[in-house]
Amino acid sequence: MSAVIEGHHDDHHHGPAKGISRWLFTTNHKDIGSLYLWFSFIMLFIGGAMAMVIRAELFEPGSQIVSPEFYNQMVTNHGLIMVFGVIMPAFVGFANWLVPMQIGAPDMALPRLNNLSFWILPAAFGVLISTFFMEGGAPNFGWTFYAPLSTEYAPPTVTYFIFAVHIMGASSIMGSINVITTILNMRAPGMTLMKMPLFVWTWLITAYLLIAVMPVLAGAVTMMLMDIHFGTSFFKAGGGGDPVLFQHVFWFFGHPEVYIMILPAFGIVSHIIETFSRKPIFGYESMVYAIASIALLSFVVWAHHMFTVGMPIAGELFFMYSTMLIAIPTGVKVFNWLSTMFKGSLTFETPMLFAIAFVALFTIGGLSGIMLAIAPADFQYHDTYFVVAHFHYVLVPGALFSIIAGVYYWLPKWTGYMYDEFMGKTHFWLSFVSVNLTFFPMHFVGLAGMPRRIPDYAMQFADYNMIVSVGAFLFGLSQLLFLYVVLKAIFYGKKATGQVWEGAKGLEWTLDSPPAYHTFETPPNLESGEAKA
Amino acid sequence: MSSIRKSVSKLFLTTVGMFLFGFALVPLYDVFCEITGLNGKVTGPTFSEYENVGNREIKIIFTTTNNDDMPWFFDSLKSQMRVKTGEQNLLNYVFTNTTNKPMIAQAIPSVSPGKGAQYFHKTECFCFEQQFLEPGESITIPLKFVIDPDLPKDISSLALGYTLFDITKDLIQKQAGN
Repeated sequence: MSAVIEGHHDDHHHGPAKGISRWLFTTNHKDIGSLYLWFSFIMLFIGGAMAMVIRAELFEPGSQIVSPEFYNQMVTNHGLIMVFGVIMPAFVGFANWLVPMQIGAPDMALPRLNNLSFWILPAAFGVLISTFFMEGGAPNFGWTFYAPLSTEYAPPTVTYFIFAVHIMGASSIMGSINVITTILNMRAPGMTLMKMPLFVWTWLITAYLLIAVMPVLAGAVTMMLMDIHFGTSFFKAGGGGDPVLFQHVFWFFGHPEVYIMILPAFGIVSHIIETFSRKPIFGYESMVYAIASIALLSFVVWAHHMFTVGMPIAGELFFMYSTMLIAIPTGVKVFNWLSTMFKGSLTFETPMLFAIAFVALFTIGGLSGIMLAIAPADFQYHDTYFVVAHFHYVLVPGALFSIIAGVYYWLPKWTGYMYDEFMGKTHFWLSFVSVNLTFFPMHFVGLAGMPRRIPDYAMQFADYNMIVSVGAFLFGLSQLLFLYVVLKAIFYGKKATGQVWEGAKGLEWTLDSPPAYHTFETPPNLESGEAKA
Repeated sequence: MSSIRKSVSKLFLTTVGMFLFGFALVPLYDVFCEITGLNGKVTGPTFSEYENVGNREIKIIFTTTNNDDMPWFFDSLKSQMRVKTGEQNLLNYVFTNTTNKPMIAQAIPSVSPGKGAQYFHKTECFCFEQQFLEPGESITIPLKFVIDPDLPKDISSLALGYTLFDITKDLIQKQAGN
């Protein structure tokens, strides 16, 4: 047992430095975790504000508030910021805070690299957002930046976008190298791989996915850069290149990327559900194998994003069946969560509410994914709001809800203060209702043929779009409440105990709340049975 | 500590490897398309003669398109031909620079249906070649082709499309880069 007694720091080590230099030069995994989480929180409001502009424009048919050009910039940057600036950094923040504490390590394996991988991230988004103030405006070709729209027809700021993507990629790769090295080398004695907490497992596999595909993304944008500035013809049909090649390279990155954004969510939700069901997770081993098979399958399904480019029938069938195969390991996970809750002594604190909503709503997103996987049907759904509904269901009540659930769950551990349970539940119910109000009607307008990425729409979609916009505004406002709950907990919260939740198991709960600046400097002994992961 | 160093170097090498793999996808994709004939991709001139001239008659449709606002006149002398498999055929294409400045263009071919592409052999063509024309200049270039007698039975007609791209700017840029 190595928990440090409250208020008594280990004499050999200093606490955090004072002032801004603490944050600029910190190599402490807890500080860097907080930086990542706050960064992603800020980006959530920036990307969210862009979503509000989009929904305001779509509130009524016709051109209302912004020009179509600016609308395209909003759509593009909303996507880029939410994917690379919110979901991914938030999960890296969780990894920084939790991986060392959950495996009984004193810190990440490469603390200085850790500092660098965080601090280049604000630089990347600074570059990206600065393009709004440049001639030609910000990138406007969608977050998938298909060539030649993003090369021959792109605004001149595309070069800034390319460098921003390079920097984001470098940050993710460095972060992943750090996570893998930490997990493989610094586990407490006795913690074998199959005894690791599920969150650590999900991040180990996510980090491998990142290392496999972020370099391919870097390659894709480098090819774009060369096509634009150095006269090569990777994607230029005029020079014998092939624009469809771009889509293959992009989605070879892009499909594993969507699992990068959901696997850590699986880990977070697994911990929360077992805690509030007061039962160990059902089928731990099958959970691990399911995560691994989802990750492996993600490399052979990419072309289901491009069924309509004119693939031969054999290709369509291959990608259709391989995509549907993913439903099996995903189904295993969903049934394991349900089985964990079955006959458990359930209580419904805020994290549990968000976790249950995750299971239900993520499954809806998964099912619409199966509909989209059916190649012949996809010719109808392709590039409609049905696709928008699908990926928002897996990313908002999926990935984002798991992040919110995780913040509520570990906030008392991180800060040492409880959040206001009533306000947390209010936040949950507002978010739950508004997220469905926002994204569910998108299925209907999508099936009826409303195209995505267009600032105007036909009259018959007007009613549903108004409902969607009202839901979106409500959802946006609800997240301000989230900020309030977090700040209130930090400044006025009640002191939390080390255990925090009655049913919580795992090494991080054996520490004080908040944990000392340096923890597990001598690894916990798992064999003694005192601290059980 | 050395185990950490080992992990880091392995992971770093993987990263570099995957970056290179991204670029390797370009030739891999071309090879894959050529072997399978996907995407209607056709190669440059190929030489082939067939002893057993087939007696199947295939309808070939020729289309020409100007990319974007490429102002040249570009067309084939016939828009349709009926040809025997295994026989040499010839068709002339006309390029005219209708502008008052010198320009460079390139025509990119594509065959549809895609799986017929590998049976469409061009023995002489202007595909992937750059055409430089002075203002008002016009040239006629022949396309010689043979249809492989092994063309699958379910294909009774093929379409050969050429898209003409203006590459004047790209070429100037490339030369400036060098």
